[in-house]
Amino acid sequence: MRHDHLITAKQLSREDIETVLDHAAEIADDPAAYGDRHAGTLLGLLFFEPSTRTKMSFETAMKRLGGDVVDMGSVESSSVKKGESLADTARVIEGYADALVLRHPSQGAAKMVSEFVDVPLLNAGDGAGHHPTQTLLDLYTMRETAGLDGLTVGIMGDLKYGRTVHSLSYALTNFDVQQHFISPKSLQLPRNVRYDLHETGAMVKEHTDLEGILPSLDVLYVTRIQRERFPDENEYRKVAGQYSIGLEALEPAKDDLVVMHPLPRVDEIDPEIDDTHYANYFEQAHNGVPVRMALLDLMLGGEL
Amino acid sequence: MTERELRVSKIQDGTVIDHIPGGQALNVLAILGVGRATDDTLSIGMNVPSDLMGKKDIVKIEGRELSQEEVDVLSLIAPDATINIVRDFEVVEKHRVERPEQVVGILSCPNHSCITTGNEPVESRFEVLAEGVRCHYCETIVREDITDLIGVE
Repeated sequence: MRHDHLITAKQLSREDIETVLDHAAEIADDPAAYGDRHAGTLLGLLFFEPSTRTKMSFETAMKRLGGDVVDMGSVESSSVKKGESLADTARVIEGYADALVLRHPSQGAAKMVSEFVDVPLLNAGDGAGHHPTQTLLDLYTMRETAGLDGLTVGIMGDLKYGRTVHSLSYALTNFDVQQHFISPKSLQLPRNVRYDLHETGAMVKEHTDLEGILPSLDVLYVTRIQRERFPDENEYRKVAGQYSIGLEALEPAKDDLVVMHPLPRVDEIDPEIDDTHYANYFEQAHNGVPVRMALLDLMLGGEL
Repeated sequence: MTERELRVSKIQDGTVIDHIPGGQALNVLAILGVGRATDDTLSIGMNVPSDLMGKKDIVKIEGRELSQEEVDVLSLIAPDATINIVRDFEVVEKHRVERPEQVVGILSCPNHSCITTGNEPVESRFEVLAEGVRCHYCETIVREDITDLIGVE
């Protein structure tokens, strides 16, 4: 299927996903072979929210393909500060770049911008909405470690506002995966995500604690519970403590459990897990480069 | 002359929207974009006794024939409404409202984080679901109190 833009993981078929992951694996095997692939290509970076991994890995990916980036810089130093609309900012920067990457705090920002620009647009996170490029690297990591079919995946933490969770859950419906969602009641999946998952006929089960479901999981995807989601500090600490894991908590888990996290983490995964075979989150972050190289290569070449 | 006809007189030319749920007439006008500053001649009957509905509202707009597209959006709050097009005091067309696929520019998204609530050059757009509506941009689904979204800025 031909995609002008990548706005949501919902638009990706299994075939699309496999095309990106296969190409990412080829690139990871021999990245130097792609060093001149997009010489002279400029990627416009529009980040209206802080980002380390996503922004740097897009930048690295474009440069490793022989291209370069033009960066809007911080919101404080841009025309946004003067009250310029996002639609105008994007229309101006599309004139400077061959493709755009957008991160914005408002849900639906990427979808709106896609109606104003002609160059390929990649959504790098729109508020509590979607984060499809993170999902592709999550799936790549999952495929490399646990495979992508016949899996039982637990997704834990802030499922309500977690855009990585929303995108991942949509994408997993393309595969033979049983999904378990573990969160406090106040942070369960939002109505629109449940609606879409229900429409696909996905097997979705919700839990308020990890203990019961942990022994059957092949993958545990942990996300950060953000303090600002809670009106009071004590309530936050209580909830966050319940959804963090240490080595002892993982004792009932399968030996080959894969623990993932989109990062940054605060204290939801104890650092004592970092050096165990469970930990895959740093590998996951590194996979952002070949996956985004593959995605950029395919989209700039009109092959996705 | 019946009691109802006394309350809401016949019009010569225009549109009569009948079988509106009691109390929704003003929301119907808001959806149709008929505000306080209108020059249209309007007759509004509210909480009129109805055999079928218990009580209902009726809106008559003189001199304007509303298109199917204009009235379909009323299905969100008045699914049983009937539309009568009147010419020279006679009903020349009568039809029901049908659920549209999309509603553009009439409802405001209740999600304060939605891009349409900011200073952007886009109209709100909602997809109509079997139950409720869904923002085209942020995907928020609203099932209850859809009338609260009318004209909310």
